[in-house]
Amino acid sequence: MEFFEPVINGFGVVLEPMNLLYCLLGVMIGMLIGVLPGLGPAATIAILLPLTYGVEPVTAIIMLAGIFYGAQYGGTITSVLLRLPGEASAVVTVFDGYALAKQGKAGTALGIAAIGSFIGGTVSIIGLTLLAPIVAGFALDFGPPEYTALALLGILLVATVSNGGKLKSVIAAGLGLLLATVGRDGFTGESRFTFGSLSLADGLDFVPIAMGIFGLGEILYNLEQRHNKVQAPAKVANVWPSRQDLKQSSGAIGRGSVLGFFLGILPGGGATLSSLAAYAMEKKRAKNPERFGRGAVEGVAAPESANNAAATSSFIPLLTLGIPANATMAIIFGALLIQGVTPGPQLVANDPELFWGVVNSMYIGNILLLIMSIPLVGIFVKILRVRAAILAPITVLITLIGVYTIRNSVFDIWLVIFFGVIGYLMKKFGFEPGPLVLAFVLGALLEENLRRSLLVFGGDAAGFVSRPISGVLLLVFLMVIFLPLIQSLFKKAHAKKATNTDDPSRKNEKESV
Amino acid sequence: MTSPNGDGSNLGGSDVRAAAEAGSVLDDLTPEQLAAEWDEDKPPAAGPLANIAAAAVVVVIGVAGIFLSLAMGLGTPEAPEPGMWPFIISVVLVVLATALAVFGRNTLDAEKFSSSSWAVLSGVGTLIGFVLLVGTVGFEIPSLLLTFVWLRFLGKETWRMSTVLSFAVVAAFYLIFVVALGVPVPHLF
Repeated sequence: MEFFEPVINGFGVVLEPMNLLYCLLGVMIGMLIGVLPGLGPAATIAILLPLTYGVEPVTAIIMLAGIFYGAQYGGTITSVLLRLPGEASAVVTVFDGYALAKQGKAGTALGIAAIGSFIGGTVSIIGLTLLAPIVAGFALDFGPPEYTALALLGILLVATVSNGGKLKSVIAAGLGLLLATVGRDGFTGESRFTFGSLSLADGLDFVPIAMGIFGLGEILYNLEQRHNKVQAPAKVANVWPSRQDLKQSSGAIGRGSVLGFFLGILPGGGATLSSLAAYAMEKKRAKNPERFGRGAVEGVAAPESANNAAATSSFIPLLTLGIPANATMAIIFGALLIQGVTPGPQLVANDPELFWGVVNSMYIGNILLLIMSIPLVGIFVKILRVRAAILAPITVLITLIGVYTIRNSVFDIWLVIFFGVIGYLMKKFGFEPGPLVLAFVLGALLEENLRRSLLVFGGDAAGFVSRPISGVLLLVFLMVIFLPLIQSLFKKAHAKKATNTDDPSRKNEKESV
Repeated sequence: MTSPNGDGSNLGGSDVRAAAEAGSVLDDLTPEQLAAEWDEDKPPAAGPLANIAAAAVVVVIGVAGIFLSLAMGLGTPEAPEPGMWPFIISVVLVVLATALAVFGRNTLDAEKFSSSSWAVLSGVGTLIGFVLLVGTVGFEIPSLLLTFVWLRFLGKETWRMSTVLSFAVVAAFYLIFVVALGVPVPHLF
């Protein structure tokens, strides 16, 4: 019973009215931005960071987490009804979801997706509850060398698994690391790259960077690429799937949930990758794979279960190791730091109320989302009529005024605009903004641990390899770098032509970070 | 997803018509066709020059980083001076950017600037105007102007819609930020 006591206490935290309210607020915002094409969860969470300053850490994270997994539910709706994925992780749902909608079974598709999402999310929360304390316990022995290796590997994986070109993503990560060095050196107290500016003396703040690169950058990018093909959504009738549909998709939901849970834990994995993988798996397993793309319920059930499971399980590396597994987690990491909470293996033991409060809020959030997705789905379908042109200036104002309110600083508004332009240019030139923000967040941690380890090793870098865990992590790090290089050399030697195959989901993933 | 002839990034009447046409024609698509269609919708890709330019910018940043780090002092691995870590990153950046210019320049993942990129530039202009004004006259007037410009000129809403909405948006912001939350945002009224 000892294990479950803090878990149960966590429910007490969630049921406080303030936390319930923010949970509801979070999942509603998540659902909304999932439905509205344009802003993704990372951008939304970044823009809403100022809102979290006035509240308790646990309340803030409950809301931000709600936005993240709520967006997975909402993204489905536009995929099914408009053939426009509202969310990168709902791209594959388009294939069978829209086919079902054309057959007049939009309701079935949405219903199955909602139930799959709910089950995927719930399975993943249970997994998180059981697995997270074990991982955290294991990581308690980690010293500076292990953290150095882990941070390096995390940044590299996020950069190489992301959608953009690998080389460009790694460059973006490098720029993020360089930006993190601006300000006072943690060891010697000397100023670095401040150019005599007092505003830079304490370093660049995470919030204007995240708000600029993710939020404003995306808004500016969307100014240029508006979703024009908005058409009136089909009528949605009978969202309750039939017993036969449920039976047909139960296997897909189960497999999708488990697959999503494991892929979500991996750095760089996350919701998008797992929805693609789950769809591919179901298609491969199916007796008649040609049904896929023509309205197979499994084609909706599997990716939707998987992306929710992954969204939830990607909290594991953040909350247990202090290493964010994707760009959205990097922003939540930043939000925790702002609140004075350093995520890491000590979190479960030192701050059980925060840990279990956030984890358990996901049960409540998923129930709220199930209610919003089935009986209340009509309301969200109506919201589809709101035009992007109207939302853009509102989000811009929220960003500009929001960043000002944090420190009453006009300089911060300038920073947001500056990084907004950078974010826009990065997208234009094919650089993913995610790795930059992630590397920026981890930059200070990485440098500190690297310098501490070198101090421990007496300046001998070979010390990293002599410790088993950091040695293995660095080995994986090198493999991630060199395996693709060797493979491509091998391929080039075999066939001289290198055609650039294009992933169909690429474009839409880029639209919503 | 601007039209190829670049007639703007609006959501106006012509697009609704286009959407209706598209809807009837594109209704029966397999996933592969759908993917192909998404590909066509992509903004035109910029050539190798864009990648070389991006690489050049990164090289400049990296080289500047190297010199500034050297000025701060490197120290030894055991007792590093403040310049050591930024020096390492800068060197890695230069190497990666060179690799991008040499091996990655033919990857077509950069987008061309089009006539609708002007919308972005004007958007940034309104943001700069907003910051310049907000300190002196409060947030109401700059917000009103920004919203109106974004709705009417960047969003191609009607005059009436733009006017009504901009006033409504500013009023809502005033009520939320100033009256309800009491946030210390500079305001005129």
